[in-house]
Amino acid sequence: MLQVLRTRLAQGHTTTKFPLELPVLPERYRGRPKIDASKCPEGCKVCADACPTEAITASGPGAPGSLDLGKCLFCTACVDACPEGAIQYTTDYRLATSHRKDLVLTNGDFKLAERMGDDLYRILGRALRLREVCAGSCNACDLDTNVLNTVGWDLSRFGIQFVASPRHADGLLVTGAIPRNMHYGLMETYEAVPKPKIVIALGACAISGGPFVNSPEVNNGVDGLLPVDLYIPGCPPHPLTILDGLLRFIGRMPRTTHGR
Amino acid sequence: MRQGECVDIAAIPRVESDDFSDHLQEARGRGVRLAQLFGRRTPDGGVMLYAFVANDNVGMVDVCCSQLVRSDSRPLQYPSITAHWPAAQAFEREIAEQYGVHPLGHPWLKPLRYHATDDGSPAPWGPFDRKKPIPGDYPFYRVDGEEVHEVAVGPVHAGVIEPGHFRFQCHGEEVLHLEIALGYQHRGAEPLLLHRNATRSAIVAETVAGDASVGHALAYCTALEALAGAKVSIRAHAIRGIALELERLANHVGDLGALCNDVAFLPGASFLGRLRGEFLNLTLEICGNRFGRNLLRPGGVLFDIPADLSDKLRKRLEGLQPEVLKVLDMMFEQSSVLARFEGTGVLSQEQAEEIGLVGPAARASGCMRDVRHDHAYGVYQFSHIPVAIETTGDVYARAVVRWLEVQRSLEFLLELLGNKPAGKTFEAMSPLRANSMAFGLSETWRGEAMHVAFTDDTGKLAFVKVKDPSIHNWLGLALALRGVQISDFPLCNKSFNLSYAGHDL
Repeated sequence: MLQVLRTRLAQGHTTTKFPLELPVLPERYRGRPKIDASKCPEGCKVCADACPTEAITASGPGAPGSLDLGKCLFCTACVDACPEGAIQYTTDYRLATSHRKDLVLTNGDFKLAERMGDDLYRILGRALRLREVCAGSCNACDLDTNVLNTVGWDLSRFGIQFVASPRHADGLLVTGAIPRNMHYGLMETYEAVPKPKIVIALGACAISGGPFVNSPEVNNGVDGLLPVDLYIPGCPPHPLTILDGLLRFIGRMPRTTHGR
Repeated sequence: MRQGECVDIAAIPRVESDDFSDHLQEARGRGVRLAQLFGRRTPDGGVMLYAFVANDNVGMVDVCCSQLVRSDSRPLQYPSITAHWPAAQAFEREIAEQYGVHPLGHPWLKPLRYHATDDGSPAPWGPFDRKKPIPGDYPFYRVDGEEVHEVAVGPVHAGVIEPGHFRFQCHGEEVLHLEIALGYQHRGAEPLLLHRNATRSAIVAETVAGDASVGHALAYCTALEALAGAKVSIRAHAIRGIALELERLANHVGDLGALCNDVAFLPGASFLGRLRGEFLNLTLEICGNRFGRNLLRPGGVLFDIPADLSDKLRKRLEGLQPEVLKVLDMMFEQSSVLARFEGTGVLSQEQAEEIGLVGPAARASGCMRDVRHDHAYGVYQFSHIPVAIETTGDVYARAVVRWLEVQRSLEFLLELLGNKPAGKTFEAMSPLRANSMAFGLSETWRGEAMHVAFTDDTGKLAFVKVKDPSIHNWLGLALALRGVQISDFPLCNKSFNLSYAGHDL
């Protein structure tokens, strides 16, 4: 008993102060990419050719280059291929959006996720219970979601909890490319959630199929199966990205510090 | 042959299909282990079977093959290996499911992942029904009796974990039999390893089992580099070793925390749960991703660890080492923890050998096997890690093996980070050798991963076969549950912590 108390004291308080304070991310962390199409030579599309998931559309006359974060695996293929340095990763971890189309990054603004609509907010705003459904993920997205429940992040202080049964949940958080063999399980779980319900698509697989896009065994993510309320891209997204997305969704991101 | 070597496909010794099982049975008598068994469709519509048996004492793997010839009068068939050597059970089910091959005399032939055969021919248990793609919808083994009841769990579980279906036959609290039905995670990974975009293939190799990205990438790179005859610098090997041990630390520490959680020792669960993240963050420092993505590529590593980063990592590890070990000391001194760990979910050494168990679970049952030691390659040829062994085969042993491995990986990392060899970290590979086969092994934190790669006559990658250690070990979990209280299932399950995605591919 004394040993437990001693260890407890030595551990101290380790919960992140996020969102009031920002943890420092390492220099090599690959957050939101930045495209500078002005550097692109006419007709060059080496980045688009290098991309493993065809997430990049090269710039052409009248069509600025774009990068679909829903497909992006955050590898370095495009950065390594580009001789001009037109694509660079930043350490900006904020990636979540409310709409699929907002994930397509161009030279312009990036529209981060908004608070859920008023009708939903009245019911779910202060206490959000989620059932996670892993459907064809490699387990990385699930593990970094689980991380939010550790003392380092303490997700429940925001009123968000993962519950065991879909019947106790307000919505689903889905990971994975949705294999054919998990299709039925996912749909039945969704049916079991009482209305009103929300769906969060987490990770490149759930949003677009990720590395498994166009495999005959998968559905390329949840689009077309379930209505999605929040997209959190990444392969897998950093826990900070996930938490940032969830907090924006429930309107708990303080506007004063780094709301938008 | 050894890992990292490359052979002509034509030079692989052939055995008549009728003698294949006997041939392997004979090899088994010499004390080898079945590391891999798979089929590959041949152009004439037949199937070539390949068996890889590992002689761990001398670091060698013997390969042999057998041609199953198509005939109009009967389906492809051969005498089952599983009938005499249970370690082949999942492999033979895989071959039956992929190509409609009948392993005659297989004691329990049933789907492994639940999908159609490659040419649409019926599997031995019947044709695939696209309208009912539910792996767990088939007759389970049943125990009948007045007081016997059945418990069904999954595919969607209570925790934030992967999907799988567990069917328990219970008498009161006691589990008489557990049957595990997987396949829900089947994404069709193997064909994507041949994708024309090399980055895509490498990422698919990393995401076969995302919590063992570095381990799988290492086996994949070793196989491809062998085909290209590429020499990777010792520095790149060292960085791969650092990443592999960091991955092991994160997962072992996390598992030990989860084991604490399952026996309601919450201080251990909270501290270790957080400490797991510290190791992931060290990997993040190296390559920009917590799971080691985009670090290993055929030809080397994409990120160097320069001296300043090396110092930074070492300092953080020096801080973490006493902290982690102190928490683990505390955990293993709690009688409430030990009482639940000891004697729970026992797997004997005989059982472990019989089913070909690998990784920490095998070492906990007294089986001396560790790829880093037996088939040392890369940095492990120069820096040795002692193999951690326990003999009781229970949850306690599986926890202690992890505890020992945490200590040894920490020491290994501190030594390696202080003394990193020089060299180029990446060099593009020359073209692959035509008509050749090579394989790579790696000791992931779960056990042995294996990638076997074949080229065609133009030197193009034509076939890659992936093995995650979980394919050996799921049966071990089922056997360990016999006679155990059903309430100890989460604990036993966590003590194995197997991959669903790695099994289902």
